[in-house]
Amino acid sequence: MTTDILAGQSGPRDFAQGVRDSVPIIVAALPFGVLFGALAVDNGFSVFEAVLMSAATFAGASQMVGIELFGQKVAPWLIVFSIFAVNFRHVLYSATTGRRIAHWKPWQRLVGFFVLSDPVFAETERRGETKGVVTWGWYLGVAIPVYFTWIIEGWVGALFGKMMPDPEPYGIDFLLPIYFLGLVMGFRKRPFWLPVVAVSAVVSIIAYRTVGSPWHVSIGALAGVLLAAMFSPDARGKRGAQ
Amino acid sequence: MSTTIWIILAGGLLTYLTRIGGHIVLSRFERIHPRVEAGLNAVPAAVLTTLVAPAAMNGGPAELAALGAGVLVSFWAGGMMTVFLTAAAVLIVLRNIGI
Repeated sequence: MTTDILAGQSGPRDFAQGVRDSVPIIVAALPFGVLFGALAVDNGFSVFEAVLMSAATFAGASQMVGIELFGQKVAPWLIVFSIFAVNFRHVLYSATTGRRIAHWKPWQRLVGFFVLSDPVFAETERRGETKGVVTWGWYLGVAIPVYFTWIIEGWVGALFGKMMPDPEPYGIDFLLPIYFLGLVMGFRKRPFWLPVVAVSAVVSIIAYRTVGSPWHVSIGALAGVLLAAMFSPDARGKRGAQ
Repeated sequence: MSTTIWIILAGGLLTYLTRIGGHIVLSRFERIHPRVEAGLNAVPAAVLTTLVAPAAMNGGPAELAALGAGVLVSFWAGGMMTVFLTAAAVLIVLRNIGI
């Protein structure tokens, strides 16, 4: 297919578009990257360790959980397991995005999956939906700025965390939910969107109150995914899934 | 190496396994069943919703108004940036006038 050939050689315009698409991600994630660095040092990490964790994990929520448990002197294996539990949702991202980047070279996929965080995944799905193809160049354009600003933010937070202003009046603490809401709305043209959102919302809130965080993410997401697998028009083969 | 470094590296490795694991499992199958396909198509909305819903539940009037504004703007104007900036502006204004 011609799209496959085109997808292999992604031009500089793809990369530039990717960089533009990375801007809202960077704005939304910025306070959390800095906050992570500050909290990490607060909980007994060195500056180097804080930066290393941002570079090795590149997943904000799990990093926060990790340093929180570290500060509580929890057993190391339990900290590692908790990071894994928080990040388990990525299995779903991996399976979903894998279909879009199946035409990449194996090493490109190995690198690409390393930086498949929440927003990178969401932007990739959006890109695939609007353009029909996700190129390596576009993906790098998104991932490189997001990845490296995340590391720099952790470093800045670790160095200057004590001087941070109170984030509350600026709404900084609530930027991520707002950003994720924008992404959820961006997928509203998909079949069966509303039932999936409704069920995931209700189940995640119930799970949040009963089982607790971070399990509410996996439980709520699984509820929505299973609902779609059972009842969406695609699942019953009424329209051809792409 | 210190225990901390080991914790960081092991956490990073397991995170990477979650990020390639789904693809590795799925790519073993020649054909993807329509139900699996439909489930995967629901992944973005399903997961991202779980990142918003508890935050909305714990939010006060300013937070709920911001999210509500975001929903309205997305139906109206569409773009991600517009939604993001409008909702953030609503939140900041309401918080600063003490709602």
